[in-house]
Amino acid sequence: MVEVKNLTKSYGSIKAVDNISFTVETGEVLGFLGPNGAGKSTTMNIITGYLSSTSGTVTVDGDEILEEPSKVKKKIGYLPEIPPLYVEMTVEKYLEFMFDLKKVRLPKKKHIEEIMKLVRIDDKKDRIIRNLSKGYRQRVGFAQALLGNPPVLVLDEPTVGLDPKQIIEIRRLIKSLGKKHTVILSSHVLSEISAICDRVVVISNGKIVADAKTSELALGASGEQKLALEAMGNSADIVSAINKIPEVLRVSKTEVLADSAKYLVEYQKDADIRKDVFRAMARIDCPILDMQSGNETLEDMFLKLTSGEQGDSRPTGGKNL
Amino acid sequence: MIAILKRELSSYFNSATAYVVFAVYFFFSGLFFCDYCFERNTASLAGVYGNMFIIILFIIPIITMKTFSEEKRQKTDQALLTAPISLFEIVVGKFLGAFLLFTLCCCIFLVYALVISFFAAPDWAVLLCTFVGILLLGAALIAINVFISVLTESMIISAVTGMAVGLVISLMNYFIQIISVDWITFLLGKINFINYYTNFTYGILSIIDVIFFLSVTVLFLFFTGRVLEKKRWS
Repeated sequence: MVEVKNLTKSYGSIKAVDNISFTVETGEVLGFLGPNGAGKSTTMNIITGYLSSTSGTVTVDGDEILEEPSKVKKKIGYLPEIPPLYVEMTVEKYLEFMFDLKKVRLPKKKHIEEIMKLVRIDDKKDRIIRNLSKGYRQRVGFAQALLGNPPVLVLDEPTVGLDPKQIIEIRRLIKSLGKKHTVILSSHVLSEISAICDRVVVISNGKIVADAKTSELALGASGEQKLALEAMGNSADIVSAINKIPEVLRVSKTEVLADSAKYLVEYQKDADIRKDVFRAMARIDCPILDMQSGNETLEDMFLKLTSGEQGDSRPTGGKNL
Repeated sequence: MIAILKRELSSYFNSATAYVVFAVYFFFSGLFFCDYCFERNTASLAGVYGNMFIIILFIIPIITMKTFSEEKRQKTDQALLTAPISLFEIVVGKFLGAFLLFTLCCCIFLVYALVISFFAAPDWAVLLCTFVGILLLGAALIAINVFISVLTESMIISAVTGMAVGLVISLMNYFIQIISVDWITFLLGKINFINYYTNFTYGILSIIDVIFFLSVTVLFLFFTGRVLEKKRWS
C-alpha cells in the first residue's frame, strides 16, 4: 500500500532522515517509533507531501507522491503533530471547509455528521475550536484526517498532551480504524505502539534500527526470559533453591532491602517457571513478596536500539530481530 | 480554490478585519468626497480617487497580513499543502479572497457617483474607467502584499513591510527627483505606480496601464507560489 524507498532528507549538511526504506501493507497498523528528533515527523511530512525528500521515493498504491500529488494526497488522511485547526471557526464549519478543500465526493452533511459521531465531537459541533480543550482539538484533527475515508491514515503522535482517559479513548479509536484503514502512527511512547500496532519500525538519528512485528520485538534478541523476584529469607538458600529448577540459567541478587532482597532469574525461552519458583520458595519457607515475569521489555529494547548505535555498522535498510 | 476563497472571506468577516478596513476606507473616501465634490463644487471624482491612492497603500497590507503568515504560525499550512489541491489554487484562492474584500470597499465609489447623480450628471465613462483602475491597482498591491506575507511567520512584520513598500511606491516621484543616475530614474519611472494609476483617474483606459498592473499581479502571485514550493524543498 505505502512504499518508502531510500528516503533521505537533508537540511544543509544535517541528515534528518537517512536512507530509510519500509513498506506498509494494506490494513496494517505500523508504529513508527523513535526518540524526539529522530526524524519521525520529517518522514511523515514527506509521506504526506508536505515536504519533499532530498532523494528517494514514496509510493502509495503505485503512485509516486511527486508525480501524482493530487491523486496520492486524496488517499492519505494526515493528522500532524499540531492539528491544523483554524481556531476561529466552529467545529462544523471547519470540517465543512476541510471537506471542500479535500474535494471529497460524498454527501457532505451526512458524511461530516458520521465522522463527528465516530470521534465523538457531535455534541461540540457549534463550539468555536479556540474554546475547546486539547483532547477535543485532537479529535477535531482526527475528524479532519478521516474526511473522505482515505485508505491510508498518517498520525503523528496522536496522543501527546492528552490525559490518560483521553489517551485510552484515542487508542481505542485508532485500533478500530485500523480494521478499515492502513495506519502509520508515530510515537515515542512504547506502550502505545505495543498496544495498537501490528508492526513497529524503530528509527534513531534518521536511520531505521529495527523493523519487526511488535510481538517479536518484545521477545528480545537473546531469546531468554527474565523473572524479577522479591523474597524474604536467607539469600544463599534462595539462590540455590531456584538454581535447582532445571530451566533456570542464571540467578543473581540485584538489590538488598531491609528484610528482603530482589533477585533476577534468567531462564530458557518457551518455559514458564513461576509455579516452580513458588513451590521452591514455599519449601524453604521464604515468602515471595513480589514476582514479575518480564521479558526483555520494549523499553529495554528501545533504549538499547536507540542509544550508542551511531558508530555501529548496522545495515541501514532495517534489521529483523 | 472556492473552498479557500470562502474561508478567507469568512475569516475576514468573522474577525474585526473586514469591518475595520471598511470603516477606515469609507471614512477617508467620504472625507475626500466631501472636500472635493461638495466644497469645490465638482461632479468629478478624480480628486477622490487620486487621494485614495495613499489610503489603499496602507489598507491593503492590513487585509493581506494574515494570508500566509498566520497559516504558518498556526501550522494550518500543513492542511493546505497536504490537501489534494495545487499551489496555484491555494495562492489564487487567497488572492481572490483579499481582492473581493477590496472590491467591496471600492463599491463605495458607486454610492458617491449615485449621490452626485442627484445634483449633476456624472461622467459615467470616466467613473467606470477609474473604478477599473482602482481595482487593478488593488490587485497589483494585493499580490505584492500576499508575497510579503508568505515570506514571514509574523503578521506584524508582514503588515509593516507591506506598508514600507507602499511608502516607497508612493514616494517614487520623490526618488526619481533626487536620484541623478539616468538609468535608475528611467527604471523607476517605468515602475512608478502613480503614473499608471493617474491615467485611470483622468478617464484614460490605456492598454499599457492595464497590462502593467496585471503583469505585476501575475508576477507576484507566481513568486508566492515559488516561495511555497521552495519551502518544501529546503
